[in-house]
Amino acid sequence: MDFTLTPEQQSFRDEVRSWLSRNLPADWASKVQAASDVPREAAYDFLRQWQRKMYEAGFVGVTWPKESGGRGLTFMEEMILQEEMALARAPGVLNILAVGMAGPTINAYGTEEQKKRYPPKMLSCEEIWCQGYSEPNSGSDLAALQTRAVKDGEHYVINGQKVWTSLAHIADWMMLLARTDPSAPKHKGITYFLLDMHAPGVTVKPLKQITGDAEFNEVYFDNVRVHESQILGGLNNGWAVGLTTLMYERLALGFGLQVRLRIALDGLVDLARRSTKNGVPATRDPLMRQKLAQMWIDTEVFKYTGARAITKLLKGELPGPEASSGKMMWVEGHQRVQEMAMELQGPYAQLMSGSRWAVENGLWQYGFLRSRANSIEGGTTEIQKNIIGERVLGLPKG
Amino acid sequence: MNFGFNDEQELLRSTARKFLENECSSEVVRRLMDGAEGMTPELWKKIAEQGWLGLIYPEAYGGMGLGFVDLTVLMEEMGRVVMPGPYFSTVLLGGLTVLEAGTEAQKKAWLPDLATGDKRVTLAWMEPSATLGAAGITLEAKSAGGRHTLAGTKLFVPDAHTADAIVVAARSGSGRSPEAGVSLFLVPRGTPGLEVKLLPTMDQTRKLCEVTLAGVTLGADALLGEAGQGWAPLARVLDCASVALCAEMCGGAQKVLDMTVEYAKIRQAFGKPIGSYQGVKHRAADMLVEVENSKSITYYAAWAMDERSPEGPLAVSMAKAYVSDAYRRVSAAGIQLHGGIGFTWEHDLHLYFKRAKGSEFTFGDATYHRERVAQLVNL
Repeated sequence: MDFTLTPEQQSFRDEVRSWLSRNLPADWASKVQAASDVPREAAYDFLRQWQRKMYEAGFVGVTWPKESGGRGLTFMEEMILQEEMALARAPGVLNILAVGMAGPTINAYGTEEQKKRYPPKMLSCEEIWCQGYSEPNSGSDLAALQTRAVKDGEHYVINGQKVWTSLAHIADWMMLLARTDPSAPKHKGITYFLLDMHAPGVTVKPLKQITGDAEFNEVYFDNVRVHESQILGGLNNGWAVGLTTLMYERLALGFGLQVRLRIALDGLVDLARRSTKNGVPATRDPLMRQKLAQMWIDTEVFKYTGARAITKLLKGELPGPEASSGKMMWVEGHQRVQEMAMELQGPYAQLMSGSRWAVENGLWQYGFLRSRANSIEGGTTEIQKNIIGERVLGLPKG
Repeated sequence: MNFGFNDEQELLRSTARKFLENECSSEVVRRLMDGAEGMTPELWKKIAEQGWLGLIYPEAYGGMGLGFVDLTVLMEEMGRVVMPGPYFSTVLLGGLTVLEAGTEAQKKAWLPDLATGDKRVTLAWMEPSATLGAAGITLEAKSAGGRHTLAGTKLFVPDAHTADAIVVAARSGSGRSPEAGVSLFLVPRGTPGLEVKLLPTMDQTRKLCEVTLAGVTLGADALLGEAGQGWAPLARVLDCASVALCAEMCGGAQKVLDMTVEYAKIRQAFGKPIGSYQGVKHRAADMLVEVENSKSITYYAAWAMDERSPEGPLAVSMAKAYVSDAYRRVSAAGIQLHGGIGFTWEHDLHLYFKRAKGSEFTFGDATYHRERVAQLVNL
């Protein structure tokens, strides 16, 4: 066992850190963190430019092969990059669904033409991607999706609806799962399409959430025509292709989670130091100390369980179903941090931004509400437990 | 960065698993736990032949010179079979205290014999107050004319009834803090005034004793290391032993999970294996997460103790807090998911459940260690 970085990794860390300190605009948060209303175009313009800048510095797609515009580095560098970005509170990569999911999936399943056409425009944020998976009647049971694709000559005609589609309102392309064979068993009649979001018949509507924000969208397809060359990985093979994307999703989104939890916890500890409980500082209250210490422990435990997973990845093992436990730990840890922030604030927890009495201008209230989605998005906690039970422990399907 | 075990450590694991499956089956465990000693001379000799008794002692004292990460592998395997006997008390408590606190002559006198299995030493640190930390050490030691006199009672002393000597932590003077004025003494078996009484324990695989010292008089050479300087080495021993205990707990928890998953695959209810029901499956998934997390933090703590990292004590407390809760919950879930059979004496689950409970309160429970974490991170 050895927790030290190699000199090359250390110098990569230094490179990222010094670049971020020189290039991260100090006021970016005020430009991006919209507390309400539909996300503003200006914020997305800023994030687009930010990704472009990071790309030019060589910090987008570090694990991508060089021929696709990446740097051909290992997951260790990816982890270092994510850690440094989180520590610097830097905004993430806007086109993450392309960089983390669509790109690797196209590289794994695409035709030579597809590989040449799509990935190069992902890293630079020239073309933004979204993911058309969930539907109003198929969330956890993804394979029950009902959006239809019916063959008409060289084209397929798409009708149906997707929901919870992040970035759809600014996306150029969608990873679309649609049913091409309604008579086949549900996993065997699905096809993975690369869909042009600017095609006639595609309508995007923002979806307002419990935070008041509209991070997500509904997407409607009304006789949208897609050429058959836009199929990825073969007709009726969409389930396998789609799962590959999900595997990359856990990987792409998983690296930063540990550091994000640490940052949330640090904020909570600061809040506790400024709060009082029963007339004494919250950090002197034995019960609060127990709770804070447990969160501290859980955050560190998460870090070291992640380190074991990365060690496996570095030895060449593919990311397995174990990633589900990492996702669950992030969810539980983060929701507990948010709950405790409310507990520390007591009656003040009721106040949203806009009041001079609101704690930290309602930042925690937003975070608390947003955290409810953590155990639903990217696979619910119940689904993660099924995956662990069935694919790690080998228990029979229900 | 490499957070995995190397080939030698993996070899140690497979060797240990095979040895313990052969030599320490459930039948053997039950025979040993029914006896007063918790060990047979034959098995002890075989363990010694594996080199395990001297695993963490330097080669100069007859050991193998390995570290706590290596030991972690072995402890996991011992925990997996709930191995009874004085391995833990001899190697991690008595022996390690001699190594950390003893003079060169004392180390030479004791450690090689511990490594060969010819002698056993345990450690008596807790008292009836059950107070953890230096403040709990109140047993009185008076020194005059080159002789030391000890009076008081020690409790929860593992394997004192079979040990050739007991290291007794005593208060030899008062200082500005509880940490000052703690001295360690080697009290040989049979010393007049020393009385050892075996206690009935919930976990019968662990033998705990009450040790009474009624004016026990010892020679100058009984003092381990320097007078009044005993707390620092003792604190390190307790931290190291906590890591080893956590590793043992990880092994036990993993075995409970394995047994439970196997059972959930074959046991049928309402015409289907119970493992196909989400009520069972999800609890098994929770068990897996707790077991894996327990390992992660334990391995890190073992590495930190090997490196003598300043983060060592923090890592140890994080591990002991996490693993104490995890093993208790995992072993309880194991019984629950087995249903009635899990509650029988015949099934092995209660051995793990009881070991989890005993281990939880050895070296401080989760509540104690969470508060220690809070202090160490300056909350």
